[in-house]
Amino acid sequence: MSRRVEHIVLKVNPILCDGYGHCHELAPELVHVDEWGYPIISDRPTPTSERSVVESARLAVRGCPRQALRIERTDDPR
Amino acid sequence: MTMTLSLARVLHGASGRPLSLREHEVAFTTLVVDDLFEELVASGLAGRGGAGFTTARKVELIRNQRSRHKVVVVNAMEGEPIGHKDRTLLSANPHLVLDGAEFAATMIGARRIEVCVSRGDPTIVHHVERALRERARRPGAHEFVLNTPPWRYVAGEESALVHWLNDNETMPQYRPTRPNVLHVGRAPALVVNAETSAHVGLIGHFGAAWFREVGTSSSPGSTLVSVSGAVERPTVLEVPLGSNLRALLREVGAIADPQAILTGGYGGAWLSARHLDVPYCDEALRPLGAAVGAGILVVLPQDACGLAETRRVVEWMANESSRQCGPCAFGLPALAEDLGSLLRGSPDARAVLARLQRRCSVIEGRGACRHPDGVVRLVESALRVFADHVEDHVTGRPCDSLAPWHWVAVPEVEHESELIWQ
Repeated sequence: MSRRVEHIVLKVNPILCDGYGHCHELAPELVHVDEWGYPIISDRPTPTSERSVVESARLAVRGCPRQALRIERTDDPR
Repeated sequence: MTMTLSLARVLHGASGRPLSLREHEVAFTTLVVDDLFEELVASGLAGRGGAGFTTARKVELIRNQRSRHKVVVVNAMEGEPIGHKDRTLLSANPHLVLDGAEFAATMIGARRIEVCVSRGDPTIVHHVERALRERARRPGAHEFVLNTPPWRYVAGEESALVHWLNDNETMPQYRPTRPNVLHVGRAPALVVNAETSAHVGLIGHFGAAWFREVGTSSSPGSTLVSVSGAVERPTVLEVPLGSNLRALLREVGAIADPQAILTGGYGGAWLSARHLDVPYCDEALRPLGAAVGAGILVVLPQDACGLAETRRVVEWMANESSRQCGPCAFGLPALAEDLGSLLRGSPDARAVLARLQRRCSVIEGRGACRHPDGVVRLVESALRVFADHVEDHVTGRPCDSLAPWHWVAVPEVEHESELIWQ
């Protein structure tokens, strides 16, 4: 039995999001933008051991002018 | 066995006016099964509003909420312009729908029942008003409230409807976790489609075994279907789930050799006529990319251009977006534009087609509700089913079927300015 690894997923509320694109600048590993400037977020959970990615996700959440992002914890790495 | 197709009895038994409460009680007796919830679970009823979610599971979710006040919301908004089943049902026997709502309320322990009918349909509003007045004269445990939100495609989406009940806004809400409990005020809300409610009514009166006499084991019961397009006349009829699609279409006088069938509704999918002998139920349609959805079928004849039909629907759907989410507000008009340029034919048609396919995959799943996903599904199915015809358009041989006549009815957009992408 391996130790359960914690994972995070970055989620956007599409209603709040106005496509400022800050998240893409702050967390390019997780967020791409479409042709209209709205974020396409990777739905693959990131293990919390990847410190730098988790830190970028935090920055993105804090840097969103619309406060449309949040980090979801999950145990399921899919 | 004369009782098997009981909604049909509801639809055809009425003499052009809705059944009164007394007539309804004579027709359906006041028989009620012992344990309503057990029966509902045993019936295997799936919602008839489009998503096809198991009704018993939805009921259970609200039943398990710890709250003193709960509410049942009957969704008769019928956002699909080519769907007429809820309207037909309410103008034939509103009491059956209301019975179902009462049963559902009993199951979850709710007192209040909010009935939502679009104000775009004053006749139906009138029928429901009359039925509610009749019920008010009789002692009952439930309190009915009639709501008439304005008619919009997305207004019938359950979170949009609840949004209306709370704040008079017909816009879908963001619900990050599923299953998700909607609340009217602070009361957990059970939202049921009007036809689903009528089926709950029938199950409450006659039981699950009776309900399962028709249909397949995984799609039990019967369903209402609105058929239009190349048929003798557009009809709402009741069929057992799992009926042969070809036979079903023959029954309403559809042409013998259609090109394709639109299934599910505007957010549904095209089904090639090669698959006409498929049983009409989700387990058979899903592998073909189609679904029962809101029970809509449109028959498309050979000489029609499936791409042109799709473009009109997509254009209208783009206009019906509530424009809360970027991928929907900008993506859907872009899809309509790409389809338009494929239709007209252009030197870079190949690139346009590639862009259209890419846009479809980019948009999907990124709205707060399923509105954009439905449109993407429709476009992708059109590209698949009409592949040969699309190829003609791409290779510089656009069809001349720019006929003013269309088979999929689409409402006129009232003001030119409503088309935001222009």
